[in-house]
Amino acid sequence: MTDTTSAFDQTTEASFGDYIALLKPRVMSLVVFTALAGLVVAPVAVHPFIAFMSILCIAIGGGASGALNMWWDSDIDAVMKRTKGRPVPAGRVTRQEALALGLTLSGFAVVMLGLAANWVAAGLLAFTIFFYAVVYTIWLKRSTPQNIVIGGAAGAFPPMIGWAVATGGVSLESVLMFALIFMWTPPHFWALALFMNDDYSNAGVPMLTVTHGRKATRVHILVYTLLLAPMALAIAATSIGGPIYLVTSLVLNLLFIRGALRIWRRDEDQAGADKYATEKKFFRFSLAYLFLHFVALMVQAGLAPYGLGGW
Amino acid sequence: MSFREAHELHKRRFGRNLGLLLVLSAFVALVFGLTIVKVTEGSKMEAFDHTVRPSLTVPEAQK
Repeated sequence: MTDTTSAFDQTTEASFGDYIALLKPRVMSLVVFTALAGLVVAPVAVHPFIAFMSILCIAIGGGASGALNMWWDSDIDAVMKRTKGRPVPAGRVTRQEALALGLTLSGFAVVMLGLAANWVAAGLLAFTIFFYAVVYTIWLKRSTPQNIVIGGAAGAFPPMIGWAVATGGVSLESVLMFALIFMWTPPHFWALALFMNDDYSNAGVPMLTVTHGRKATRVHILVYTLLLAPMALAIAATSIGGPIYLVTSLVLNLLFIRGALRIWRRDEDQAGADKYATEKKFFRFSLAYLFLHFVALMVQAGLAPYGLGGW
Repeated sequence: MSFREAHELHKRRFGRNLGLLLVLSAFVALVFGLTIVKVTEGSKMEAFDHTVRPSLTVPEAQK
């Protein structure tokens, strides 16, 4: 502990908000949304309080893995423009505090989810935290340009956990929801990397744009977008699919592929001339793409009791 | 007797302590709420207890 008299001189002591920032609230909001979707579309009804508690545990588990990421990556965060204001590189929270917070909250989240819902969901949450903190952050991020492809799995687990909360297991539907986010992540992040390139190369993170060049990245975006479409459309044929989802998914995938084709056709001179307008537009659309897919699934689940839901 | 003047640091620490108080109170409330829900929903409250408990066995007819 710091001596109180000397602590008066320091201006960088953490506030409560800094600890909240360690949990990456913006990432948490995506986790909450997709986990909720997985829970809502599942065919088993869950008590509202148990559902609330489960989503909270999944969110805190996701936040805890964010804190572990900030513990390990504080050196990279200090170099990158986008992240250098984070609590650890800014000096407001020590690395050890971030590690302690991450580990403690991970334990709490997993145990509480197991007690509130079931141990399949808790096991999946534990694996997600392990995957994001160890497999992605510690093993892959600095060693391979495929980092976000494989790391994307961590972000794809929440709907699967939500599904497991309700059903106590894994099924084709939850695997396809996983696949939807998993395949969506690479084009989403590579579009960001195209216009944020300097940040990653300064930090020495092997992004595809740095290791294989921008032309190859544009090709990769197109290929992954084309592979994503059948995954997204396949959900329509399962028990959680239906006409609303099918139409939504068809429109969104056509627009997404059109965006990817535009990115693929451009070269750096064209992109530089309009300050990466197409890439930025594609990135923004990718957020709407994922959001609307899950909204369509939830709307359909909501209309099912009135005979307007699935097939 | 003199007290040291309140420093900006005290304010930040107070905020942090208050935050922790709220988090811990919320945790207690959640565990309490969860207990109520689990009990009223009639989740299995009996488990193996080193003696035979007929209430935990599956009747022949259902096998």
